[in-house]
Amino acid sequence: MSATASPLSGRIEPGRILAWLLLFGGGLIMVTPLAFMFATSLKDSSEIYDLAFFPAHPTLDNYVAVLSDGRFLRWFANSFGIATAVTLSNVFFDSLVGYTLAKFQFRGRYLVFVAILSTLMIPTEMLVIPWYVMAKNFGWLDSYWGIMFPGMMTAFGTFLMKQFFETVPNDFLEAARVDGLGEFAIFWRIAMPLVTPALSALAIFTFLSNWTAFIWPLIVTTSKELYTLPVGLTSFAVEAQVQWELIMTGAALATLPTLTVFLLLQRYIVRGVVLAGLKG
Amino acid sequence: MAGIAIEKLVKRYGQTQVVHGLDLNIQDGEFVVFVGPSGCGKSTTLRMIAGLEEIDGGTIAIGGRIVNRLEPKERNIAMVFQNYAIYPHMSVAENIAFGLYTAALDKAQKRRRVEEVAEVLGLTALLERRPSALSGGQRQRVAIGRAMVRDPAVFLFDEPLSNLDAQLRAQMRLEIKRLHQRLRTTIVFVTHDQVEAMTLADRIVVMRDGRILQVGAPMALYEKPADVFTARFIGSPTMNIVPARATAEAGSSSLQLGETPLAWSAALPTDVLVGVRPQELRVLEHGESADLVLSGSVAVVEPLGPETFVHVEAEGGLLLASAPARNPPAVGSAVRLGAAAAALHLFDAKSERAL
Repeated sequence: MSATASPLSGRIEPGRILAWLLLFGGGLIMVTPLAFMFATSLKDSSEIYDLAFFPAHPTLDNYVAVLSDGRFLRWFANSFGIATAVTLSNVFFDSLVGYTLAKFQFRGRYLVFVAILSTLMIPTEMLVIPWYVMAKNFGWLDSYWGIMFPGMMTAFGTFLMKQFFETVPNDFLEAARVDGLGEFAIFWRIAMPLVTPALSALAIFTFLSNWTAFIWPLIVTTSKELYTLPVGLTSFAVEAQVQWELIMTGAALATLPTLTVFLLLQRYIVRGVVLAGLKG
Repeated sequence: MAGIAIEKLVKRYGQTQVVHGLDLNIQDGEFVVFVGPSGCGKSTTLRMIAGLEEIDGGTIAIGGRIVNRLEPKERNIAMVFQNYAIYPHMSVAENIAFGLYTAALDKAQKRRRVEEVAEVLGLTALLERRPSALSGGQRQRVAIGRAMVRDPAVFLFDEPLSNLDAQLRAQMRLEIKRLHQRLRTTIVFVTHDQVEAMTLADRIVVMRDGRILQVGAPMALYEKPADVFTARFIGSPTMNIVPARATAEAGSSSLQLGETPLAWSAALPTDVLVGVRPQELRVLEHGESADLVLSGSVAVVEPLGPETFVHVEAEGGLLLASAPARNPPAVGSAVRLGAAAAALHLFDAKSERAL
C-alpha cells in the first residue's frame, strides 16, 4: 500500500480539517440568524421574549396576519417592481456605456471612464444629500421615480460590463459591420449575447441590492403606500409596540424571493463573482 | 464581380505612417494574395478595402466606384476573419443566414440560399449545430459560407487559415482554390505564409514596411525576385544569400566566390550578394564540377523523405543544400556544394535590389 495521501486513500490532511472547521463556523454564524428569524416567525407573541430556538407551539398565524394585511403585499409589489425596473435599466444602460467605452475610440474616453470609476469611491451616505436635493428640485420626492433614479445606472455595472466587452473579439463586431448591421444592432444582436455571464451576474447583483435597499427609500418616501418592503417592515416596529413576530415573518417572506433567486442562479452568481474578480 | 483599383493609398496611426502610397490594380475575378511579415501593412490595406479602417490618402475603387467614404455594407464585399468570427450564440444556419441580413429576400428564399451554400461547402448535416460543436475546419467553412451566401463582388480573406493545424490548412487551401475556380469572384487574401501565397494566388503582392516590393505571378516571383527580401520570403526553404566581391572587366565581371572565379557577362558593382535556392545548390559527387563550387563541412542533416537537406558550414556562412535522399553525407564530413550559373540570383549589396 502506498503511504501517499490521495483523495481515495482515506487519509485527510490536517489543513483540510481546519479549513472545514472554519467554513463550518462561518456558515453557522451566517445561518443562525436566518434560522432564528424563521423560527421566531412561527412563534406567537407571548413566546417572543422566550429565547428558545424552537417555538413551543408553532403557528402560522403570523403569516396569515402579515399576508392578510394589504400593506405587506403592496410593499412586496413595490420592492419587486422597483428592483425589476432598476435591474432592467442597469442591464441596458451599464452595458451600453460599457460597450461604448470598450469598443469605440473617441476623444475623452479615458476621462469619462475615470470619472465614472471615481464615483465608486464616494460612499452612499455622502451621496444621499445631493440625491435628496436633486429629488426635491425635480419634484421626485415621495415617488417611485424618486426611489429608483439614483440606481438606474451604476459605476460598478458600467465598469463590469466594460471589462467584459473588452474580451469580445473585434472580429465579431467587424464581421457584423461588413454584414450590414448598424451600430446599435451590432451592440444588441452580437455583443450583448456574447456577454451573458456578465449580464446575469449584473442582473442578480442589482436585483438583490435593490430588493434589500433601505436607507434611500426610507429617506425619499413618506407615503406608506410607496414604501419598499425593508422600509415597510420597520413600520411594524414603530407602531404602538414592536411586533417582532410580524417583523420576523415579513423578513422571512422577504427573504424567500432572494433565496429562490440564489438557489436557481447560484451557478451564475458564483461565476459572476469569480469573473468580476478576475477581470477587475 | 468587380476589380479593385488602389491609388496612392496612405494610412497613418497618429504620427506613424504605416501604408506609404500603394498603387495596385486587381483584375475582376483575380485571386491576389498580399504576403509579408507582421506589421508590413497587408492586413491594414485589406481592412481599408473592406471599409474597416479609414483611408488617410489616395483612393480605393471597387468595380469602378470610389469607395473611400462608403460604409463596409455599401461596398458589396464579404470578409472572412482570422478567428472565423462566427457567432457562438447562433446555429450554423443562422450564422450563414446572417450574411443575408440586409438582403431583400423573404425567409424561404434566405433558407434556400443558406441550403445551397451549405451544400457547396458540405455543411448540410451541420446546419442546426452550434459553432462550439464544430471542428476548426468546419468553423472556417461556416465563415466562408456566410461570406459566400451574399454573392459579393469581392471576397476578402484576412489570414483565414492561421488558426488551423498544418493538415487542415492544406485541405482548406485546396477548398478555397476550388471555390475560386468555381465562383471566379475577385479574392484578396492576406497571409504571412508564403506557401499559401504560392499555392493560391494568380498574383502575389509582396509587402514590407507599408510598401509593395514586388507584384507578380507566383513563379515569376520565385524565379525573378526583385530584391533580397522577396528572394528570401518566397520559396521554401529560404534562399541562401552569400556576400561576394566582383571585379569589372570591360563590360563583363568576374565574381570572386568559391573555388574558381565565375565569369559574369554584365558589369557588376564591387559588393554583391549571391542568392541560390537550396534546391539548386547540390552536394557534389567526388570529382564532379559546377559553375559555382563552395566547400564546407556538414553541420546538420534533415531528411524529408523525397529529398534531404544539409546545413553546411561554408564560405559565406551556414548554407542549405540538397543532398541525395538515400545516401546523404554524414554530419562533420567535408563536402563540396555546386550550383549552375543560371541558378544564381545576384543582388546589389547596398540596395539589395536584383542586378
